[in-house]
Amino acid sequence: MTLDLKDVCLRVGADMHIYPTTLRLEAGEFNILLGATGAGKSTLIRLAAGLERPTDGQILVDGEDVTGRSPQKRNISLVHQFFVNYPHLSVFENIASPLRVSGVPKSEIAGRVEEAADILQLRPMLGRRPQELSGGQQQRTALARAIVKESKAIFLDEPLANLDYKLREELREQLPELLAGRGTVIVYATSEPTEALLLGGRTALMHEGRVSQAGPTAEIYRNPENLTSASVFSDPPINVAPVEKRGARMHLGDALDWPVYGDAAQLPDGRYMVGIRPHHISPVSTDDSTVPITGTVRITELSGSESVAHFTVSGERIWVSQSAGVQRYRVGAPHQFHMVPGQCFYFAGDGQLAAKGIAHG
Amino acid sequence: MRPRSLVPILYILFLMLPIYWLVAMSFKTTNEILGGFSLFPQEWTLDNYRTIFTDPTWYWGYFNSIFYVSLNTVISLLAALPAAYAFSRYSFMGDKHLFFWLLTNRMAPVAVFALPFFQLYSAVGLFDTHLAVALAHCLFNIPLAVWILEGFMSGIPRELDESAFVDGYSFPRFFTTIFVPTIKAGIGVTAFFLFMFSWVELLLAKTLTAVHAKPIAAVMTRTASSAGYELGLLAAAGVLTIIPGAIVIYFVRNYIAKGFALGRV
Repeated sequence: MTLDLKDVCLRVGADMHIYPTTLRLEAGEFNILLGATGAGKSTLIRLAAGLERPTDGQILVDGEDVTGRSPQKRNISLVHQFFVNYPHLSVFENIASPLRVSGVPKSEIAGRVEEAADILQLRPMLGRRPQELSGGQQQRTALARAIVKESKAIFLDEPLANLDYKLREELREQLPELLAGRGTVIVYATSEPTEALLLGGRTALMHEGRVSQAGPTAEIYRNPENLTSASVFSDPPINVAPVEKRGARMHLGDALDWPVYGDAAQLPDGRYMVGIRPHHISPVSTDDSTVPITGTVRITELSGSESVAHFTVSGERIWVSQSAGVQRYRVGAPHQFHMVPGQCFYFAGDGQLAAKGIAHG
Repeated sequence: MRPRSLVPILYILFLMLPIYWLVAMSFKTTNEILGGFSLFPQEWTLDNYRTIFTDPTWYWGYFNSIFYVSLNTVISLLAALPAAYAFSRYSFMGDKHLFFWLLTNRMAPVAVFALPFFQLYSAVGLFDTHLAVALAHCLFNIPLAVWILEGFMSGIPRELDESAFVDGYSFPRFFTTIFVPTIKAGIGVTAFFLFMFSWVELLLAKTLTAVHAKPIAAVMTRTASSAGYELGLLAAAGVLTIIPGAIVIYFVRNYIAKGFALGRV
């Protein structure tokens, strides 16, 4: 099963909501749409699901053009960020409803509903109304409704965003398992880079109505093609600063410089943007290649297993460092951080990746 | 009893006084009512009620009223449900103006429309039918219903509609089996207001009827003018006029509380 978007775009009035986008979504693995709120993930899903008609372009399912077809006739499933179920129907009837409308024989319905309910651990709740369930159970009901029919595509629009932390982790672990082995195209929108990495599969990065890069998730995380992709796929946000290459060294302002090797060394001299992921700026030196940066700590965040520090260098630009373990920072005090130049990305003036840093020559 | 509960009790007593007076009068003879001041009926009589329940001109007044009021409630709801859905879900040219214009219909005095309706309904042969009054009351009830229902519908996320379409529901099937049950509280509240406004409206109902569809309120006014002052009888008729409203309120009381919390009541 494949879902193809061909030059699909959406213009509302004078605003371009989705710029012409070509994307191939295939069954068998997660197709993740990653982008900040307002990047166009939901809109792209609505276009692909037929809830919105594209201004231009084609949508193909298994090579068949379905562009103007209504969602009813597309045999798809959709799970929203908010728990949407039919409030006046029991959980059983909610899950059964897609089967009932598509004319599945009555004798078959109970069995299939129970099967879906078992997968999502809803068996004891089948007789209740959705409002009597917890948020996680409500969303599981919506998921059961999505998987109960043999749809060609399942769209999940930030399905875990409104769940609390624990449930989210639990359901995120189960999702790949319960969707595996179906011949359906799975499209999963999320605004969290970590979630995309955990789910794996393929990712399309979205930014302001455009797909900035698409490919296997781990691959595009390691090799962003441009500054936008690197920014979208980084949490906390990637550190970006202007640098100037002179000879075999990169200079950041007057105080900081480091040697470059490999591709980066081959770049012509001139101005570039350097991108450094926060976990490549560490409060301790890992080897002799790291570059010390002294900054004033402004904000610190502790997540238990990780410490995040926001610091300024000579009063300007805010840098973010992310490191494992509990680090003791004193807000307002200077602190020495260590940057790993081998993990930097160098972007040309137009935002395209010019070279990746490597550790040694 | 705490002193501060005294205020609401006094207020409720004050509100109930005219109703009490009406009920008391309905059990008195006309002579006693005119004779002087008495807090309780000195001479209990059920004659007033007996007259109403045995005289067809009286009890048919009730049937006529209930009939056209119910008819109007059904017509108004059937027309307003799709209209409110359109206002709540779609944006079209001039939708906000149209919505406001609907409300302004509610502001015009009904008397303005009495003459054109009389002339029009006479011309098409609808005069003195229940349908005539039911249709005439749509003039103010449909805008009201659209206004209330739109508030309720806008409280239902659009995602519900989309989920249903994706699940395979056609629009009519979605609307009748998913959407309407979802907003049934709103429909209950709306039906209550439609019933009430149609029930208490007198001018159009009186103008558009003569014999066959004459509402109870018209029967009451006519009796007062022709047969002198039959105050006891009128009081009994008044009591019986309050009852249907009270019954309707009893049935929708929970919905109304919900309606005040949710929608646009």
